[in-house]
Amino acid sequence: MAPRAWIAALGAALCLGVGAQEARPLADDPVLEAQVLRIADELRCLVCQNETIAASNADLAVDLRKQIRTQLRAGRSEREILDFMVQRYGDFVLYRPPLKGATLLLWVGPFALLAIGGLTLALAVRRRRRSIPATAPSEADRQRARALLDAGEPSP
Amino acid sequence: MKRYLLPLAVFALLVGFLAAGLKLDPREVPSPLVGKPAPAFSLPTLGEPGQRLGNQELRGQVWLLNVWASWCVACRQEHPLLVDLARSGRVTLIGLNYKDKRDEALAWLAEHGDPYRTSVADVEGLVGIDYGVYGVPETFVIDAAGVIRHKHIGPVTPEALQGTILPLVDKLRLPGGA
Repeated sequence: MAPRAWIAALGAALCLGVGAQEARPLADDPVLEAQVLRIADELRCLVCQNETIAASNADLAVDLRKQIRTQLRAGRSEREILDFMVQRYGDFVLYRPPLKGATLLLWVGPFALLAIGGLTLALAVRRRRRSIPATAPSEADRQRARALLDAGEPSP
Repeated sequence: MKRYLLPLAVFALLVGFLAAGLKLDPREVPSPLVGKPAPAFSLPTLGEPGQRLGNQELRGQVWLLNVWASWCVACRQEHPLLVDLARSGRVTLIGLNYKDKRDEALAWLAEHGDPYRTSVADVEGLVGIDYGVYGVPETFVIDAAGVIRHKHIGPVTPEALQGTILPLVDKLRLPGGA
């Protein structure tokens, strides 16, 4: 019993040791770390393009988080850090790219497609409505309708 | 018959877009650095860590900056091409040894050949960040004024070298520099 407890204690101590080392930056300054993650959440990791730098474990993402942390410590603003990234990696690095010539289609495209779809639908509905003859029902039609109504029996 | 023309045209357009999209490489993100002065660096050389090399010292000539690492598998693919290029002596090739260990990098060069006039060691990858490196290997064409003129992402292919990089180097060497 004793050796097993000892091994378990050693194991726990090892785990704690490793855990403590990994979590060190967080323990240092939780406010700063939250800010790092907030900025990293706005940035695309270029190695694994559908992950944010906050979520990715790629080497580059780790380096860029470190870079954000260093720059925040040096007193740079969030805007300045995002500009730093755009200067190096381009607008593609931003999950919310700015509205400008090259990104116009990206921003306006979906709405333009929606408008085209809506317009097509409206035109189709109007055309169909027009194609239904607007003539009054003939006397024969009236009589047939009355006969059906007078019969009073629901159709099978 | 006529009523099917428009949907058919839209379908054809869509197929066109999808076909073009399939041929695009999503890893090739246009670099905002092309046309801008190459970010300054001064790093210890890989061969002799006591010595440093900076991009200022390469002013006045057209050169290629090739980002490589011994851990980079795709670098092996382009490496024979770079060795041939170095043998031809057509252009100065500087290596940026990115986030590598010195002994492993030197062993890698010993094994595969060293095409670089000099390699500088970017151990922390900070110069890599300044150059917007995200997928090693990457190759930059830098002109005599120190401006980045082209960035090739991924292993250099014979087509890219003969079709784009070398013609650009020749053009940049002309008086007036294109």
